[in-house]
Amino acid sequence: MDQLLLNSGFPILSVLIFLPMLGALVLLLIKDEENCRWTALAFTTVVALLSLTLLSGFDSTTARFQFVEMRPWIEAFNINYTVGVDGISILLLLLTTLIMPFCVLVSWTYIKKRVRAFMICMLIMETAMIGVFVALDFVLFYVMWEAMLIPMYLLIGIWGGPRRIYASVKFFLYTLAGSVLLLVAIIWLYMQNGYSFFIPDMMWQSYSTSAQMFLFLAFFLAFAIKVPMFPFHTWLPAAHVEAPAAGSVILASLLLKMGAYGFLRFALPITPEATAIMMPWVLWLSIIGIIYGGFTALAQSDMKKLIAYSSVGHMGFITLGIFTLNLDGIEGAVLQMINHGVTTGALFLCIGMIYERTHSRDIESATGIGKYMPVYITFFTFFSLAAFAFPGTNGFVGEFMIIAGTFKYSLSQGNFPWLALASIPGAVLAAAYMLRMLQRKIWGREHNPDNSWLKEHDLNIREIITLAPFLLFVLWVGLAPKPFLNIMHSSVSALVQNFATCQAKAVAIAGTILN
Amino acid sequence: MLFLPELTILGAGLALFAVSLGQFQPRTVKNITAYVLLISLVTTICSIGNNGTMFFGAFKVDLFTQIIKSIVVLGTFIIMLFSNPDAGVKKGTQPEYYLFMLMSVFGLMMLVSANELLAIFVSLELSSFTVYLMVAMRKNDTGALVNGTAQDSTGHGHAGIFCQTGQGMQSEAAMKYLLYGITASGLMLFGMSYIYGLTGSTELPVLAPALAKIFPAPVAVVAVLLILAGFFYKVALFPMQFWVPDVYEGAGNEATAFIATVPKVVGIALLIRIASLIPASGQEVTWVLGSCAVISMFYGNLAALVQKDMKRLLGYSGIAHAGFALLSVAMLGLYGFAIAMYYIIGYLLMTLACFLVICTLSRNGSNLQVSDMAGLYKRAPLLAITLACALFALAGIPPFVGFMGKFMVMVEVLHKGYLVFVVLATINTAIAIYYYLSIVRQAWCTDDKERPAATPSLLVNAAAFFLLITIIAMGVFANPVVNTLAAALSTTFS
Repeated sequence: MDQLLLNSGFPILSVLIFLPMLGALVLLLIKDEENCRWTALAFTTVVALLSLTLLSGFDSTTARFQFVEMRPWIEAFNINYTVGVDGISILLLLLTTLIMPFCVLVSWTYIKKRVRAFMICMLIMETAMIGVFVALDFVLFYVMWEAMLIPMYLLIGIWGGPRRIYASVKFFLYTLAGSVLLLVAIIWLYMQNGYSFFIPDMMWQSYSTSAQMFLFLAFFLAFAIKVPMFPFHTWLPAAHVEAPAAGSVILASLLLKMGAYGFLRFALPITPEATAIMMPWVLWLSIIGIIYGGFTALAQSDMKKLIAYSSVGHMGFITLGIFTLNLDGIEGAVLQMINHGVTTGALFLCIGMIYERTHSRDIESATGIGKYMPVYITFFTFFSLAAFAFPGTNGFVGEFMIIAGTFKYSLSQGNFPWLALASIPGAVLAAAYMLRMLQRKIWGREHNPDNSWLKEHDLNIREIITLAPFLLFVLWVGLAPKPFLNIMHSSVSALVQNFATCQAKAVAIAGTILN
Repeated sequence: MLFLPELTILGAGLALFAVSLGQFQPRTVKNITAYVLLISLVTTICSIGNNGTMFFGAFKVDLFTQIIKSIVVLGTFIIMLFSNPDAGVKKGTQPEYYLFMLMSVFGLMMLVSANELLAIFVSLELSSFTVYLMVAMRKNDTGALVNGTAQDSTGHGHAGIFCQTGQGMQSEAAMKYLLYGITASGLMLFGMSYIYGLTGSTELPVLAPALAKIFPAPVAVVAVLLILAGFFYKVALFPMQFWVPDVYEGAGNEATAFIATVPKVVGIALLIRIASLIPASGQEVTWVLGSCAVISMFYGNLAALVQKDMKRLLGYSGIAHAGFALLSVAMLGLYGFAIAMYYIIGYLLMTLACFLVICTLSRNGSNLQVSDMAGLYKRAPLLAITLACALFALAGIPPFVGFMGKFMVMVEVLHKGYLVFVVLATINTAIAIYYYLSIVRQAWCTDDKERPAATPSLLVNAAAFFLLITIIAMGVFANPVVNTLAAALSTTFS
């Protein structure tokens, strides 16, 4: 229990979780479509503003969980409703709450049929996502983790593109199949820890190595599919391409982060020995993901597909950072999680906006629009630069820290830094595919049909309001990342330290056995 | 007073018998049945809390039996709310149909309270034979509407071949149901004779300590397993599940709704009764039952993957779900039993919700294909939501009752140390999601121009709403339900 810290009596996290749910219930009573949009926007905005108040009460000097609430839920199995945040989850929580209003905004005219159902799905989705990031009870976590699948399935399956049914079923089956073994692992841990599902109690225990390997396998399958790491990524392009703009943003910005968050929250602290054993494999798998994602993105002519494959590459960087297991690598990875959420989210928003106008996601149909839509292309350029980590943008800071961490890891192992060197082509590839798309969109030769009608259809106020905060964020993190690093620093360094102590202990035990 | 719930049902049966002699509108008959069930629901719920035995100890009333009886009557009452007497039953035989239904409910209620092997056998037969007749009483012409529904690619049973003749499908179904049922009864009687030979008694309270002394002698294990076979048949578990697809397809929609839900709850309750005779150390029995459970899951889920007919699909899914409940029973512990009951009650609610949608959409009582669900969200939004929630719940997605049931079964099984069963069960969860999803996909992600909008009546809407709320509430607030069941079971066995 010493990992808990109660800040105040006000159950702010519960309010954040259940307010969107309440919004969904309110929407059931509203018939008019326009009112549905406004109500959804109001609820997501209120949640976003409320979540910002967390920052004022958050103590960034401690790695303990804060704003904790604990209530009995299913006493027969000692399941509690326990929520709390630390330096890592608070950032992801804020990312979630802050992105949701923009998802509502971008769907304003994009979604034309069944608006009410769409908004209800979005709000239930928000509840589940917040729940995943703040849950401190493993059953609560699993409930939220799985409950998320239903609204996401409906978002893709109902409002998606032409191959939406294939994509949604694939998404659902893949992610569900990945996480069923997670449930077995959870129950096993519950048995081992004196019949408790309390997550912090499960961390840094000395389970036997073989048990850890089994647990790690279950964790890895669930989280690697969600990230997605290289051989498990095939659901991602399908789902990304077919999802509506808001769905793509939620997928790219938030859902993918849950896999990485799962590694940080569960795999590392609960199975440190297994992590140490599997580390080289996961690192090289990440490198394969980076290179593979880059090359595949280079070959795409569909903009959404291009961004989707670029996500595979970017998420490769994030898992690379996590599994270097040093301060730079993990801090870079967490920062990059936020960055990728913002940048890729913004890119999907941009593509959604152009799709609304041309009804095509093909690069060819949007060539040469630079001279007609200057405002749009300005935004798009900034986000593209951020996506391939141009200095001065947020992507640069994150990627730099990750690669620095990778160098450190290799050197600490006494190896030549092959790993870090192998990741460099990924960065180059990112520049290649982003610039290729950018160049065509700005200066490309106009194809039939003539796009000059777009002149009167540059971004409207609603769209500018949607994109501007993303741009602000890109530059803010790019130029002054310190505040963000400060928030996560204590938690990440505690994680790294605990991991090192655990390693040392394991080595010491192994030593005594050998002697 | 102890016998009051059964007496109301019996009285209702007499009333319907009188009705069957005259000429009444089918709707009137149905309404009478519904009112009677409502009355007996009230009497049953009021009788919760009574304790005692009757008929020389053969009939036992306690908290557990009355809870199960309430569920039985409630389930039947909900079926009455959404069933259409003109659609599913042969013209002019409605009074008899409802009479048989009430008699079956009566048999099931007797079965729950039966505290003696012969009473168990007689009640089981009473509840089964009436259902055989209900299956055969399906309207003639509805079969013909389903031309070529021999969708079962598992190889056996092609009820569809008879479709064109109209008469054949329900007769074939009833015949299969009957023959399999009699076989199961025979096995059960055989087992009972062994038990009597071993212990010299047929009364359960006497049997338990007597059997505990004999265990684990093979003859005792075999005898108990043979008795269980009768209930395996009732809840459709491997290896007594072969009747399911054809009976589900051949019986009318309303009759199938009954077969698929209410008897299964009682079947699991009785499985628990018999399983409690086995000492908790009975590892061999756990392995046998657990294997049957896992095979049921694989059989049901894999066969369901290729089904196109809604009822066949739900039938196979029912086999898999019964497997989950059995797995929990196989752990031979009080909590395992309580969880099995929780699971099967949840199953009753979820399956009723599915059949509510099927019965409401199929106006003339014909069978529905999965593709008939197309565009349901537009044709009947509430039904579409009910269907989606029920299917996600059946698939075991939180926060619905199906997830909590599966989760608790896994906790219990892993708690007893059977990791293999848990892993196999989770693999089944992953398989099952596909076919449930294929129905949700039809209902929510496709548009349909041809099929007419459904206009559920107020009562159907109320029933749908009730099921929806309970499916969610039982999932989120599982604690009081399981605790109540566990407390009730502990008084039964003490």
